[in-house]
Order: sequence, then C-alpha cells, then structure tokens
Amino acid sequence: MNVRLIPAILMALMWMSQPVAAQGYGGLGTKAEGYDVPQRGTQLQFPRDHGAHPGYRIEWWYLTANLQGEDGRQYGVQWTLFRSALQPPQQAKRGATSDWHSTQLWMGHAAITTPDSHHVAESLARGAYGLAGVQAAPFKAWINDWEMSGDGGGGASKGVGNLALSASGTDFGYRLALSSDGPLIFHGDQGYSVKSASGQASYYYSQPFYQVQGQLELPSGSVSVTGNAWLDREWSSQPLSEDQQGWDWVSLSFDDGSKLMGFQLRQSDGNNFTSATWIQSDGQTTAYANNKLKMTEISRSNAAGREVPTRWRVELPERGVDVTVQALNKDAWMETSFPYWEGPVNIKGSHAGVGYLEMTGYQ
Amino acid sequence: MRLASVLRVLWSHWTYRPLQFFALLIGLSLATGLWTGVQAINTEARSSYAEASSTIISNALDYLERKDGTPIKPETYLALQKSGWRTSPLLEGQVQFGDGRSVRVVGIDPITMPREMAALTQPVQGEADQDGSGGLVGFLVPPFTVFVSPGLADLKLNVANIGDVVVSENLPEGTLLTDISLAAQILNKPGEISRLVLAADQKRTRVNLSEVAPQLQRIANTSGADMARLTDSFHLNLTAFGLLAFAVGLFIVQGTINLAFEQRRAMCRTLRVTGTSMTVLTIALLLELLLIALVAGTIGVLLGYFIAALLLPDVAATLRGLYGARVSGELDFHVGWWLSGLAIAVAGTFLAAFWSLTKLIRMPILAASRPRAWARMSARSTLARLAASGICFALALVLYGWGSGLVVAFTIVGAVLIGAALLLPDAMALIISLFEKLAVRPVSQWFWADTRQQLPGLSLALMALMLALAANIGVSTMVGSFRLTFEGWLDQRLASELYVRAADEQQAQQLRTWLAAHPDVDAVLPIWSVETRIDGEPGQVFGVADHRTYRDQWPMLDRSATAWSDVAAGKAILINEQLARRKGLRVGDPVTIDEASRQYKLPVGGIYSDYGNPHAQAMIHVDLLTQLYPEVPRRRHAIRVDPSKAADLSRQISAEFGLGGRSLVDQALIKQRSVEVFERTFTVTQALNVLTLSVAGFAIFTSLLTQSAMRLPQLAPVWALGLTRRELAGLELLRGILLAGLTMIMALPLGLMLAWLLLAVVNVEAFGWRLPMFVFARDWLMLGVYGLIATALAAAIPARRFSKTEPAELVKVFAHER
Repeated sequence: MNVRLIPAILMALMWMSQPVAAQGYGGLGTKAEGYDVPQRGTQLQFPRDHGAHPGYRIEWWYLTANLQGEDGRQYGVQWTLFRSALQPPQQAKRGATSDWHSTQLWMGHAAITTPDSHHVAESLARGAYGLAGVQAAPFKAWINDWEMSGDGGGGASKGVGNLALSASGTDFGYRLALSSDGPLIFHGDQGYSVKSASGQASYYYSQPFYQVQGQLELPSGSVSVTGNAWLDREWSSQPLSEDQQGWDWVSLSFDDGSKLMGFQLRQSDGNNFTSATWIQSDGQTTAYANNKLKMTEISRSNAAGREVPTRWRVELPERGVDVTVQALNKDAWMETSFPYWEGPVNIKGSHAGVGYLEMTGYQ
Repeated sequence: MRLASVLRVLWSHWTYRPLQFFALLIGLSLATGLWTGVQAINTEARSSYAEASSTIISNALDYLERKDGTPIKPETYLALQKSGWRTSPLLEGQVQFGDGRSVRVVGIDPITMPREMAALTQPVQGEADQDGSGGLVGFLVPPFTVFVSPGLADLKLNVANIGDVVVSENLPEGTLLTDISLAAQILNKPGEISRLVLAADQKRTRVNLSEVAPQLQRIANTSGADMARLTDSFHLNLTAFGLLAFAVGLFIVQGTINLAFEQRRAMCRTLRVTGTSMTVLTIALLLELLLIALVAGTIGVLLGYFIAALLLPDVAATLRGLYGARVSGELDFHVGWWLSGLAIAVAGTFLAAFWSLTKLIRMPILAASRPRAWARMSARSTLARLAASGICFALALVLYGWGSGLVVAFTIVGAVLIGAALLLPDAMALIISLFEKLAVRPVSQWFWADTRQQLPGLSLALMALMLALAANIGVSTMVGSFRLTFEGWLDQRLASELYVRAADEQQAQQLRTWLAAHPDVDAVLPIWSVETRIDGEPGQVFGVADHRTYRDQWPMLDRSATAWSDVAAGKAILINEQLARRKGLRVGDPVTIDEASRQYKLPVGGIYSDYGNPHAQAMIHVDLLTQLYPEVPRRRHAIRVDPSKAADLSRQISAEFGLGGRSLVDQALIKQRSVEVFERTFTVTQALNVLTLSVAGFAIFTSLLTQSAMRLPQLAPVWALGLTRRELAGLELLRGILLAGLTMIMALPLGLMLAWLLLAVVNVEAFGWRLPMFVFARDWLMLGVYGLIATALAAAIPARRFSKTEPAELVKVFAHER
C-alpha cells in the first residue's frame, strides 16, 4: 500500500488504552492541523525523500520478503520502522525542555513467518540521542539495534539499491542482503496516492524488485535463505477518512515478473475504497482508481482469538487477474502495541506467485 | 411420607432443644467466621501490596547503575540499546518547590518503560485524559501532565509548561513522576541517567555488559523479592491459624451433630416404620444440614468480615512497618469470601455429619430405638482410634523422613495434630483411672469413676480445646521465636552505630579520610560488595574487615574454630544459610566464586543466618575482594562509635558531606522500628488466640450443657446418698476444671511440637531458612489461666443449673428408672 496506516500515532494507545472513537483504525482519521499535507503534482526528490519527513505526522519504511530455504521451505520476513509526530515541528520546538525532549516517536516491528510458526518483536524509542532515525544519504534507517542501511549505490533506486537489513527478538533474528536493478515505483499520481473518496492522500512509492540472500536465526537453528523483497515508503498526515475502519492490502509478485499492489479501505457504510498499481517486469506502471480492483473474502480463520480473512479472491479484470491468495501461515498475527495481521501468501489462479498480505482493524 | 412432612418432623427436634440448635449454629458460625476473617485479611493485604509493589519505582525490576555511583551518560544508554539490551532510562533527584516542600522527582521514558511499571501512571479513576490520545501526548509534550503522590495533590509547582497534575495512588509518598525530558529540566540534570531499568525479557543475543559498558553493574531486584518472601511468611502464619481455627470449630459442630443424630434415632425409626423411605429420610436430613450450614455460613461470613475489619488496621500497620508494604487498611467486601465461606461451612458440616449420617442410614429398621448413651463406647472404637492415631503419626514420620515441599510440611502438621487429638480421650482415661486407683475415700472414688464415665461425651470438646491450646502455644512460640531471632539478628547485623553511603567514589574517599581523623570514631568498616556467581548461583560477595565487631557479633549457625582468622588471612569464605541449604554445603567444603575471567576457590569457614534474603551471599576478607575485583564500588561504610556520640557524629557527617535520608542511617532507629512492628504482630496474634480459645471454650460449654440433662441419672443416686446439690455442683465444676487442666498439660507438648514443625519444617520448605525455637514459659502460664477461666465459665452455668434442680426432678430419676 500500503496505506500501512499502522498508526504510529497511536503508540499513544499502548499506554492507556482508550476506545478509538470514530477516527478510523488507530486514529489515522484524526485531523491534520499544523502538519504538512501531501499535494498532488509534487515531484519527489531522491535521495532526499528516502529520509524522514518530520513535518508529516506519520511515516514508514516497510520491507517484506518472500524467502526460501535451501530445502525449498518457505519463509516470510518483515522489517518495519514507523515514525510518528506528537506535535508539528514548529510547536515542538517551543516546548523543548532538555535533550531528552522529542515529539518524534519511533516504533519498529520485525517478524519471521514460517509455515508453522510466527516470531514477532517490537522495538520502541523516542527521537532523542540518536536512538532511532532515518537519514537519506547514505541511506540508513535504524531503531536501537535494528538497522536497514544502504551503501550509497544502487543506480535506478537512487540510494536504496543495495541494502543490509538486520533485526532480532528474544527468539529469532535475521541478517539479509538486498539488491535491486529495477527503478522506484510510484503509486497513484506520481506517488500521490488517494486513500478515500473525500480526498485523503499520502505520498507512496516502492522498490519491489529486490533479490535477497541471507541468514535467518530461528529457535531450531540457522537457515540460509534466498528470495525477493519489496520496500514501501509512505508518509502523510491524515491518510484515512473518519469513517474508514481498516484495510486489506496485498503486494503480489507473479511468476512472469509482473507485480500488483492493491488495497481496499473498509468503510463503515460498506462502500469500500480500492486502489491498485500494476507493475510490469520492466518497471512500467499503471494506476487503477477506486473500484477497479476487487478483493473478496473467501474464508476466515482464527488468529490469536480474532476471526481474520486469510484466504482472498483478488480480481483486476482489466489485467485479466483473478487469483486466490492464501496465507502461508494463518497465525501471522502481529501482537504488537497496535496489533494487526501481516504475513506471506501464495497465489493461484490466472497468475501464480508469492506475496504479502496485511490486514488491520479486525477485532 | 412426603418430604415436607419429614422435614417438619425432623425440625421439631430443634424446637424442643433450642440450646442445642444454637450451639450448632454458633459453633459453625464461629468456625466459618474465623476462617473467613483470616482469608479476608490475607486477600486484602495481598491485593493491596501486589499493587503497591509495582509502585516501588523500578525496584520491582533489575537495573543497571554505574559502579562508582555517578550518573550514566545517554551515550552509554545508546550503546546498550544498540547492543541488543532492552533498558529504560530513569532519572531521579530531590528538589524543593515553591512552597518549600522537598519532592522526589522521578523522570521516566514512557516509550521504553517496561510493562511492569505501568501502574505508576495509573491515575485516580475518572481522571483519564481528555485528548483521546491516551495521555501519552500530554505526558510528552507541553503543557506536560505530571503525576504526584496523594500527599502532593496541593503542591505548588513553580515550573513553566506544566499542564494537568494527576494524583496517582500508586506513587510512593512525596514523589512526582514526569517524563525524563522535563525531569532533567526540573532537576537541572541534563544528559544524566540515574539508572537503566531492565526489561524482564532480554535477548539472548545481546552483547555482554562487560564489553558494552564495563563501568555499569547489574543490580538484582532483591528488595522486591525479600518483601514478597517475608510477607508470604506472615500470610502463611495467618493461613495456618485460619485452618486451625476452623478445625477447632468443626469439633464443636461434629459434637453437636452427633448428639442430635443420636437423640433422633428413635424419631428416625418411627419415621421409617410409618413408611418413610430411606431415600426421603436421607434427603430430608441432608436438606436440613444444608440449610443449617447456609444460615450459619452466612452469619460466619459476616462475623469474619467484622473480625477482619477489626484486625486489619493492625495487620496493615504491621505489614507497612515491617516490609514497607502498603495495605490500605480498608476492607472491601468480596463476593469470593461469601462463596468460599459458605462452601467451607457446607463442606465442614457434611464432613462433620458424615459418620452420624452413615450410621443412621445403616441402622436396621427395627433396631432398638433406645438412645445409645455416648458413654457406651466399645473397646473396638478405642482400638480404631488408637490405630488411626498411630497411622497419623507414622505418616508424619515417614513424610518428615522422606518427603519435601510445602504441601508435605503442612500435611505433617495436620497429621500430628489429628493423631494427637485422637489419642487424647484414651490418654485421659488412662490418667483418670490411675487417679481412681489412688483414691481412698468413697466420694473421691465415685468422682474419678464418674469422670471417666463422662469422658467420652466430652472428648470431642476436649479435643477442640487441646487443638486450640496447641495452636495458641504453637503460633505464639513461632511468632515469639521469630521476634527474638529477628531482633537478635538485627542486633548482630546492625552492630555498628551508623551506616553511611557516599554519593560517589570521590566523596567516599574524603569520608574515609575525614572519619579516620575524627577523634570519636572507633572504626570504619567497609561494606563493599560485588554481584557475581557463588558456587554457580548468582549472588553477592561482601568484603569484611578483620574487626571484633564481626568476631563478637556476626550470627553464625556453624563455623570452624578459626573461621575469622582464616577469613582475615584470605583463606576462607563465609556463606549464608540459604546457599548452604540449597547446595548442601558444610564447613570445610570448597566454594567457587567467579572473577572476571576465572574462578576462585575457597573453603567454607562458616555459615551465617541471613533472614529475608532468598539469594546466595558470601563474605571474604575485604583485601581479597579488592584484589579479585579491583572495580568494586567502595561507597558504603559502617561506623563504630560510642553510642552516646552516634547522633552527634551523624549530624556532623550530614553537615560536612550533605548526606542524609537513606545515605546515613542510625541503627537505633531501625531497631526501634522493628520492635514496634513486632508489637503490632503480637496484637494480631493475640487477638486470634483469644478468638480461638473462645471457640474452644464454647465447645466445652455446649458439651457440658447438653450432658448436664443426661447426667441426672448419675447424680441422683449420689444425691440420695447424702451429698447436697451444692456439693455436687461444686464437684461438677471441679471436674470441668480438672479435665481442662489435664487437656492443657497434654496440649503443651503438642503446641511445642507444632511450633517446632512451623519453625523447622514449614519455614525451611517455604523460605529456605530455619528459625531457632525459644520457649516462653510465662506465656504458657497466662494461657493456662485463660484456659482455666474459659473452662470454669463454661462449667459454671451447667453446675449452677444443677444446683437449682428441684429435688422432685432428682426423685423422678428413680421413678423413671428402667
């Protein structure tokens, strides 16, 4: 998406959980007063825009990878860094008390999904003393001991072509090397991605062409893996409208080299808002506005006590896509400060392949 | 016959014998009441300080601090986080606000704060944030929300940018909690961290502390665990008390029920003969019991609530003083108490009625309906009792020899108590028949014979009395021993007059120089320690100087003759009792302590008692300590000084070095506080003692009363032979007191046995240390007097009633004689 509107802003909620009233999942429908707002027609600049945008309320660096062990066993890996501003920067400066003061909160999520287990870790930090942050060039995103860093090269990706990725939790860890020759992909109108009929939008671009190799550390031992990965970058200040409750998002990599990013935002009135980007193997894109993509639940399963649709029918008739998307492991629940479902999927139907599915707002 | 009619017939028994009915009701209520009361105190105290313990900021979790006591730099925090450690910074300090009050300001980082600390920021209900963001925003950005302890609700904060001031019950008194960024500003400590609180679950892959931050040391959360252990010990005592009280109560209930069933045998036979099926009769009896149990249970729960409400302020004060545990001192009424109180009343009633009921059910339909006098106990039942008692003692012995664990320990206690109770009637009969043989005059011969004859009917009540007395002796002995041991131990441990902790190494050095030059100071003893592994277990190693303070005072359980000289020569190590018990170490055994890179081996020179500390601990000579661990912090010292000059020296140190509060402690204060605490513990114990004794006294009273009516056939002939009613009443009273006296004599060894079991078996299983037993003969005397008074009162009413019996009634006995 991703609207990956995983609301770092609602880190607040982890503290004293309050009912999120009519403000969408994680309060992402909250008004954007005082913050910058995405403008249609803005040309994104690189490597600058790989870095953080503190004037916007929320932002993320979101990497998902579909991997395989030497024995053909499938794995999914997630590495995410969320930034959330508690106050617009101008206001924040006036309230500065000491070097500890920061209105920028950072939250990292890491996960490994195997066909029969799901390992999750969360890392939190305030934006002080360099505990967490993102710099554009040379590219480096980090929180505590987790890191995603570039070597400055990578041609078409303008600084994020080669990445080293690491994270660990109490029962798992990974270290991956990523490289991509493909170009950056811009969703919507040159990266201006509309999220609702009433005009909420975010800046959204991706690098979906990474080849990956590396090492996973699991309770059962080390595993060498190879595969592909997809990086999403998104930032905004009010990406959801107030009546949107959550979303279902997929990134699909088909065996013929083409890719599809699609999401639907579930609205309380039942009129879901959908959006999709078709990506050819050479990086050419076609954006599809509301209602072109169709996502239909096939069946739900129980993940950590919630009924979550882990089997979907995804259709994009204009591209002849009619596929079934099935979770590799139905239990890929992210038991983090803001819980959601995120895990690798297998694709069957008109096209075959692998991908990632994310679902939020299921209670 | 229909069930309702059967019930009515059965019920008529009680209308003829209201006293018996009330005895049953009151006995059951008292038993349930004591049980519920103790439960109420326990749960209330537990829930209060379960919350409170999380409020002792960061003490509930392990943390890192600098070995030299100086503040940690944010760069070190960053390095740790980048090495895979999960820590949360905490800054604290003292500051005076506008109105002159000195407040402890604690700055936390809510983002990384471990969940265990969340209760800190739980505001008073109904004051949750209004911004809908969950309060975090208000905590982190101006105007800042700050939390204060209830006593600071009216604090005038002359600080810019403060928004809401929220009162949090969970904060220790005198504390202001805020974000670390604001705390740094208020305390004027930019770029400082007092300590880093460690999240409970750390990654295995994190880099060793000695590599990332060698200047830091990990401080284990010992204080929290100690408190939990000690308070557990307190609750264990209370629970044991509650169970004993209930057992005593059950004896009354069983006695009364038994009697009622015996007396209703004729009624039951008539019911059966007139066509009532056994099923209907059994159901009716069960229903009746259930009803009585529910009514008595309800009264008992209410009674328990009042007992608890009366005692709780003392319990609360005790726990607060002894362990710093906060108990609100107020009592909520929990639904759970109702249920558990009623459940135990019903279960107890059915347990007590079980034998009577089965006997009744097995009764042949046309069996003689003559009430079998209680006295007609067959030799068979004596044998059965002796066998059961033997089995109980054998079980206790076997478990003591081969069992382990807390449940086993309590089973031993239970088996010994039941075994002894079962033995009582026959032991008593034996003693009385001895007296009988010695008696010469006819009246005394009759007196003894009649006493023996009456014994079976009183035996249950006497068992109850014995258990009550034994419980009294046992628990008082335990609490008393605990007090003596603990105070003695405090005396030994706090042999020095003053304890001082310097702010940092530099100040410590100055302090040593200053104290060495001070004319009043006799000695300055280092209290330096490191966290390491002792014989593979994590624990603390202390360095001690070679000084008579230790030679004379240190509490040793076992030691070699040359222990202190060996320690002084660096050739021996002293270990605490807990470690010795866990590892099975004896004097002379080798023990290893981990150095930075290798292990150092020393023989055990002695084992010392170390109450309240669950962890391993050891002592070596201070020179050896500094040689093995050159980095050891050297900030704490004990000062020996003429006690009369201690207060003066304390003031001088305070003035010279600005130390106070926890940094400079006068041992007299600690001792005084601990004595106060035990006084309160005694109040609670005594109150429970009096209650248990009252229950037992009541048991005797009801037994004597129910028997008095049946005893006319025994007394009438003696009256006819010329003894006056007054004389007979006097003999009755004497008999009661005599039986009680005999019971007391037998209760004494049982009580001591119980105390020994609690101190030496239960305590070891529960907490890993054994307490020496002290006997308090004067207390027994007092208890004896109380017991005799209780029995005399119980016996006086039936005796008085007899003395008022109309001669015509006595004559009737002969007319009715079968």
